[in-house]
Amino acid sequence: MRSPLFTLLLPVLLISGWEVAAHVIANPFVLPSLTTVVPILLHPFSPAYTLGSGSLIDNALTSLYRVAIGFLLAALVAIPLGIGMGRSRFMQDFLDSTIELLRPIPPLAWVPLALAWFKIGLASITFIILIGAFFPILLNTIDGVKSVKKTWVEVAETLGARERNVLLKVILPGSAPTIWTGLRVGFGIAWMCLVAAEWLPGTTRGLGYLILHAYNFGQTNLIIAGMVVIGVIGILIDQVFRAGERKWFSWRALER
Amino acid sequence: MTLEIRNLVKEFPVPGQEPIRALSGISLSLPPQEFVSVLGPSGCGKTTLLRIVAGLEEATTGSIELNGEVVDRRSSKMAMIFQEYSLYPWRTVLDNVTFGLEMQSVGKHPAREAAMKYLHLVGLDAFADRYPYELSGGMRQRVAVARALAIEPEILLMDEPFGALDAQTRNMLQKELLEIWEKTKKTVLFVTHSVDEAVYLSDRIVVLTERPGRIREIVDSPLPRPRDRTSPEFARIRRHVLDLISESGQPKEDLRVHPASL
Repeated sequence: MRSPLFTLLLPVLLISGWEVAAHVIANPFVLPSLTTVVPILLHPFSPAYTLGSGSLIDNALTSLYRVAIGFLLAALVAIPLGIGMGRSRFMQDFLDSTIELLRPIPPLAWVPLALAWFKIGLASITFIILIGAFFPILLNTIDGVKSVKKTWVEVAETLGARERNVLLKVILPGSAPTIWTGLRVGFGIAWMCLVAAEWLPGTTRGLGYLILHAYNFGQTNLIIAGMVVIGVIGILIDQVFRAGERKWFSWRALER
Repeated sequence: MTLEIRNLVKEFPVPGQEPIRALSGISLSLPPQEFVSVLGPSGCGKTTLLRIVAGLEEATTGSIELNGEVVDRRSSKMAMIFQEYSLYPWRTVLDNVTFGLEMQSVGKHPAREAAMKYLHLVGLDAFADRYPYELSGGMRQRVAVARALAIEPEILLMDEPFGALDAQTRNMLQKELLEIWEKTKKTVLFVTHSVDEAVYLSDRIVVLTERPGRIREIVDSPLPRPRDRTSPEFARIRRHVLDLISESGQPKEDLRVHPASL
């Protein structure tokens, strides 16, 4: 492991290069100076820096709320479905072709249909996020359930476990690390879909909306500030998932 | 409790062909507290036999009886110990041992007490709060034994439980198993491919033929315990069992008898 300073070297160089380039180009619409971006980031609670569309934090919370709903709905459907498909050959054979067909369709390709079905508003946005998070969660759950060792199930059965307990005390904990990975990847994709989903007409809040709004006003510094916030939130949530992985599922890495 | 295996036949269906017969008419009676090993060439169906007794597979025909009553599903009078990877890695040693008790809705406190008692019996009470990945292979199998004993079965079914261990650990666990068996007075049905192990442990050794497995001979092993693996009597019984197996068409070296334990 090198010193933390080394890992920060490239970001520092990039930011310095950016600042130099901003002065050379001298066109804030193409590349704004750091000095116009940093103040926005330093006042995340103030609505004064966002062209009247609420503070950075307000917009971030709105976005998080939307992602949370879409993500939770995706998990609520994908995890039980994945367990069923992992456990039952019948369900797998019945559903697999449909899922394989739908899976390669990018979440954003669903936007027109989402608008046709749900009209403009939270439901459409949630639907796009749901589609984005759904497949990683589903596929990882199926994988996780299939990776549960047959012996683990048989031990439970010989010790008197009924189907319900086999599911709750063996299949679920045994596949939990892989399901967790699916949730982490699914959340990442949901977060990416969110920005585009917030470009849907009629949206008036959210980080995705904010950067498009800033573009319409030619405020590139606000676009960049919004992008930084999107990136930082993405990293933070990914770190939360990784911390959970280390805390609860370290057995998977250590198991021989 | 007497375990009676009656005329057991197991066939596996093969599409478009005659079914493969794995076991052919096995009958065997285990009186209480007897230690019986099942030995045979690989593929003779000895593990299938054990799995049928445990209720993990169904017999094609024939029956399993406990004290004269037919067992048609898994019975809590029997507990099975697998070859390896049977502990739950997300549970501590203690929580692994209480698992069977949880399944039978035993309260948390009495379950922990019972589990500690059996962990003490296998010498691992100091490791109650550890996780399986912190234990050696031999210790894990001791935990598996404790977990099986914790539901207080009368019959222990063991499927090559020491097969994945090195020779020294294996010998030590064999000795410990006999001590536990003498203390707890269980009936044991023990599947192994090691002649040495069978002769060292058992009251009787059931030698199966190649597939379809039939009982070739039941060999008595009446030597007093603890047994001396180097004694002439031990060698005589082992020679007899080896002869039975090699006559069934399997070369001896395939039996994986550890040179160190001969």
